[in-house]
Amino acid sequence: MALKGIRVRVEGLTKHFGKVVALSALDLDVKSGELVAFLGPSGCGKTTTLLMIAGIYQPTSGSILFGDRRVDHLHPRDRDVGMVFQSYALYPHLTLFDNIAFPLRLKKTPSADVRQKVQQTADLLGIAHVLERRPAQVSGGQQQRAALSRALVKEPQVLLLDEPLSNLDAQIRLQARGEIRRLQQELGVTSILVTHDQAEALAMADRVAVFSTGELQQFAPPEELYDRPANTFVAGFVGHPPMNLLQGTFADGQFTVGNVHVPVSVTGPAGPGYLGIRPEDANLRGTVPAKVVLVESLGREQLVTLDLGGPSVKVLVEGGTKPSAGAQVGFGYTPPSLHRFDSAGTRIGS
Amino acid sequence: MPLLPPRWRLLLLVLLGLSIPIIAGFIWLLLTGWFDRVHGLIPAGGFAPENWRFLWETVGGRPPVFVALRNSLIFAVVVATAEVLIASMAAYAISRLSFPGRSLYLGLVLVLHAFPAVSLLIAIFYILRLLGLFDTLIGVILVKASLELPLGIWLMKGFFDSLSWEMEMAALVDGMSRWTLFWKIAMPMVRPGLLALATFALLSAWGEFIIPFTFIVSSRSQLMSSYLQSFLTEAFSDFGMFAAVGLFYAIPVIALFLLGQRYLLNIYSGGVKG
Repeated sequence: MALKGIRVRVEGLTKHFGKVVALSALDLDVKSGELVAFLGPSGCGKTTTLLMIAGIYQPTSGSILFGDRRVDHLHPRDRDVGMVFQSYALYPHLTLFDNIAFPLRLKKTPSADVRQKVQQTADLLGIAHVLERRPAQVSGGQQQRAALSRALVKEPQVLLLDEPLSNLDAQIRLQARGEIRRLQQELGVTSILVTHDQAEALAMADRVAVFSTGELQQFAPPEELYDRPANTFVAGFVGHPPMNLLQGTFADGQFTVGNVHVPVSVTGPAGPGYLGIRPEDANLRGTVPAKVVLVESLGREQLVTLDLGGPSVKVLVEGGTKPSAGAQVGFGYTPPSLHRFDSAGTRIGS
Repeated sequence: MPLLPPRWRLLLLVLLGLSIPIIAGFIWLLLTGWFDRVHGLIPAGGFAPENWRFLWETVGGRPPVFVALRNSLIFAVVVATAEVLIASMAAYAISRLSFPGRSLYLGLVLVLHAFPAVSLLIAIFYILRLLGLFDTLIGVILVKASLELPLGIWLMKGFFDSLSWEMEMAALVDGMSRWTLFWKIAMPMVRPGLLALATFALLSAWGEFIIPFTFIVSSRSQLMSSYLQSFLTEAFSDFGMFAAVGLFYAIPVIALFLLGQRYLLNIYSGGVKG
């Protein structure tokens, strides 16, 4: 199977549903052969964007380009996209073979070719032995592969995946995650994955687009999202457990919130803003007096909730020393790992 | 067989008591159809196959029974086919497409469904006369199908509402138009609904009396229900033959019910969600 990846560009893409703005002025450039994840909470516009790229929704304004071809006014069948849905959306009255063959037959492909291509795709995905069964007669994992086969069999230029893993059991999900990524890299098909699961997005994607309330928050490789979140939304959304965000004032080498003073060495002018410290960058060996409120075991580590005398923060502590609730400790952090945001929530400095 | 608890036995007895009039009616029909005379529910006189002579000769200036049977079959099959086709297309449009006046149309359909059709009889008479369809089979077919459509539309809308949107999106991405999607994906998936609606429509059309009785006067277009009724209008009614015709009239319905009951049972579990 030979697929040609294609560059996908989205310019000023906007979608209104009545008075509701589902997506506003999105610009995005997906490189040929790249896997991009759309990440965000439900209602953030990620699925709306995907459905516009697929051609199910008409954009209110803006354009979508596949290579140099503008496609936003084309019918889905003329866009050459394959799509996998959360529910798989297999046709229940057809066998897996007929399901996978469906897009080919609609294109009037000769039946010998249909047979060969379906067989080839099914082999690739390991469902060749269940092709004569109907969707209800195979496992969830096999249904998911059948849905992926149906999307890939027509050798699309763009592969769209809408929460393809969220209906799978946790165990199969990890395995399927790796398989889809491997397949996508082997085939070199430009892919867009919609997910609300950050682990899925970070593990699978070359780059992740984080959405919130109809707007793109950040579009960057996974490491950059984690190391340099562009704003407080991304900082709080990406990373598990989420980053501690304290609202206060920066001045004279320290950050003040209420009566709490945290020494900081971040660049930027004095003034109000947010201080972000990831729980894994924080420790109990610092100088800020704090009281242990709660200790939750995560197996290898403990998640400790501290009361700083007003604001509370979470700290990940390696096993061994297990603090007890009520103990007085000193809150601190590993120096270069601070994040500073201005009062509007935008990142300051590197 | 395990004994039922006393309360259940009482309930069973009450239900049986309530059913006795209906059961008695059927027994009367069966006996009267085959015997000379029946007093109460006891046959008096001999076995009377001549009650069935309407099958091989014309009786009292009526058309041959097979003309009425053929007309009834055409009537029922065409009404049911038209109803299933039109209702499913209308229901799909209401369920899936957004068009101006959709909610108004939906309300109208519901009101029409609730409207007693009998009160329209005279208005329909004038319309049929105007269209030159009075006293024709096609005329009564159109009237019956139109009056049954609201129910069919509501029923099918429930079935289409329960289809997943993702399935339709998948079909569009796979390369289908809305039209092929309707025939190749949506229709096969609501098959239980289609079969149930077809069965109901057939039964309802088969038993229809008031419309053909009112709008058909010539004997060559007569349906079974009017044919049967004609045995009651004579000064001296032949109850034996009336019962025999009644049994003959019921045979196709019973056959159909036996074939279709699986889908009839499914209709309320799978379909009506509004």
